[in-house]
Amino acid sequence: MSRTAILYVVLLAMACIAPFVGYPLFLMKCLCFALFACAFNLLVGFTGLLSFGHAMFFGFAAYACAHSAKVWGWTPEVAILFGTLSAGLMGLVVGWLAVRRQGIYFAMVTLALSQMVYFICVQAPFTYAEDGIQGVPRGKLLGVIDLKDDMVMYYFVLAIFAAAFALIYRVIHSPFGQVLKSIRENEPRALSLGYDVDKYKLVAFVLSAALAGLAGATKSLSLGLATLTDVTWQMSGEVVLMTLLGGMGTILGPVVGASAIIAMGNYLSGFGSWVTIIMGATFVVCVLLFRRGIVGEIEHRLGKKKSP
Amino acid sequence: MSQDIILETRQLTKEFKGFVAVDGVNLKVKRGSIHALIGPNGAGKTTVFNLLTKFLPVTSGQILYNGQDITAEKPVQVARRGMVRSFQISAVFPHLTVLENVRVGLQRKLGTSFHFWKPESTLHSLNARAMELLEAVDLASFADTQTVELPYGRKRALEIATTLALDPELMLLDEPTQGMGHEDVGRVVELIRKVAANRTVLMVEHNMSVIANLSDTITVLARGSVLAEGPYETVSKDPKVLEAYVGTVEEAA
Ligand SMILES: Nc1ncnc2c1ncn2[C@@H]1O[C@H](COP(=O)(O)OP(=O)(O)OP(=O)(O)O)[C@@H](O)[C@H]1O
Ligand SMILES: [Mg+2]
Repeated sequence: MSRTAILYVVLLAMACIAPFVGYPLFLMKCLCFALFACAFNLLVGFTGLLSFGHAMFFGFAAYACAHSAKVWGWTPEVAILFGTLSAGLMGLVVGWLAVRRQGIYFAMVTLALSQMVYFICVQAPFTYAEDGIQGVPRGKLLGVIDLKDDMVMYYFVLAIFAAAFALIYRVIHSPFGQVLKSIRENEPRALSLGYDVDKYKLVAFVLSAALAGLAGATKSLSLGLATLTDVTWQMSGEVVLMTLLGGMGTILGPVVGASAIIAMGNYLSGFGSWVTIIMGATFVVCVLLFRRGIVGEIEHRLGKKKSP
Repeated sequence: MSQDIILETRQLTKEFKGFVAVDGVNLKVKRGSIHALIGPNGAGKTTVFNLLTKFLPVTSGQILYNGQDITAEKPVQVARRGMVRSFQISAVFPHLTVLENVRVGLQRKLGTSFHFWKPESTLHSLNARAMELLEAVDLASFADTQTVELPYGRKRALEIATTLALDPELMLLDEPTQGMGHEDVGRVVELIRKVAANRTVLMVEHNMSVIANLSDTITVLARGSVLAEGPYETVSKDPKVLEAYVGTVEEAA
């Protein structure tokens, strides 16, 4: 336990120094996607539910936050909260429809519903279709602290990330998390022990959706932009990729996977459309070499005995 | 409705797309007894379990538990009434520790199973009871082992411990000794005898010596219907039963 605590303290310290070394904007983007992947992992890695439509929560919350900050002039913390809650509400509806399905049918329902959300976003006037919502003002935190400066914004994003990460960690290591893991491990057995598995899945789904929304909302303020890209099925696919690459069902895997993919996208941007192919190839190689993902493989090599 | 019958089925029937797997089964399980359900492969024993615990919907017929009709209930409701099953294929949580497996069974009665904001340490109060249950099945020394690493026989024992964690009134065991070595079988037999002291057990079993040893009543199922019923001495001499078993042996040969 204490070794884990030390690891997290070191990582947090590194994250605090990071903007003096790297670009704050890039780092913010990494943190937002890392949070998105962590939220997704809560569902796929710890509940055993593969959602193939998580971009709908990420992207819709980005719109909700951007709109409320830009058009209604809400302060950043309220705008982010609004984005998070709208994603959570959407998660409740989608989850209610999806959790009764098993396996591939669950994935199909989430995909279908996310496509519906995509088409709504294409048509709705407030999203400005192809242009997206641009120039979203970061505003003043609590009406006091101006977030215009990238450094200040970075620490705000880092605080959000750290809090959300701590929450996810707690959920995984809670009485509720224990039941989620048992559902992931053997659903009929959990049912036979008297657990109403659909209800647990629904709560997990809503939590995951809201946290994905938090990531999307924070991203739209950081980058000042909410676009259709964030609600596409490709984005849903990307978060699957990030999670698998980093290590599904590990706690830090999604952070590593998301950072790796965002970094790749950045450094390879000169290659134009080749980026997708290079990323795909890297992914295939990684999956073939270490199917537990980067962090999963490290944990395995270190002979980690206890379940996460 | 007499109170000494804990479980009763009336004309219980299950069809799978025209194939009748369970055909008009009338079963009465006496409170406090060990009741064995036997029959050749494919007789419908596991399907009966699935019907009783609502893992499969009933095609027709009735299930009464403590005199109440539970035919239309859900698996969760049945489990909460105190009828808890095990599975033919060992049902454990492989990537949880052995202790955690049992604790999942204990956890529900704390009423905090939806509390995602509480630390795991709030479950530690259950560890002592979990260890007691593990001791009862000789698994205490494996408490911190990942379950996936246990040998098969030990997994089955763990499954029984997890079922016992719920302190069920009626315990359904689907072939608890299947795939076990000789000494493991002996241990499980003793365990079942011990736990049956204050509860009812309905078990599917192929091992005849286990049945002879444990059961008060035996129901023989063949092709979905009840062929014979009674104590071991009568049933084992019943020519119809012998024929049913010999029949399958010949088919298999
Ligand atoms: N879900 C299902 N769909 C279709 N047929 C099924 C289903 N479940 C069971 N059956 C069929 O019902 C029959 C009874 O199966 P069941 O598993 O209940 O047998 P059993 O008595 O438990 O046998 P065994 O001793 O091999 O465990 C078999 O012919 C089986 O193929
Ligand atoms: Mg069977």
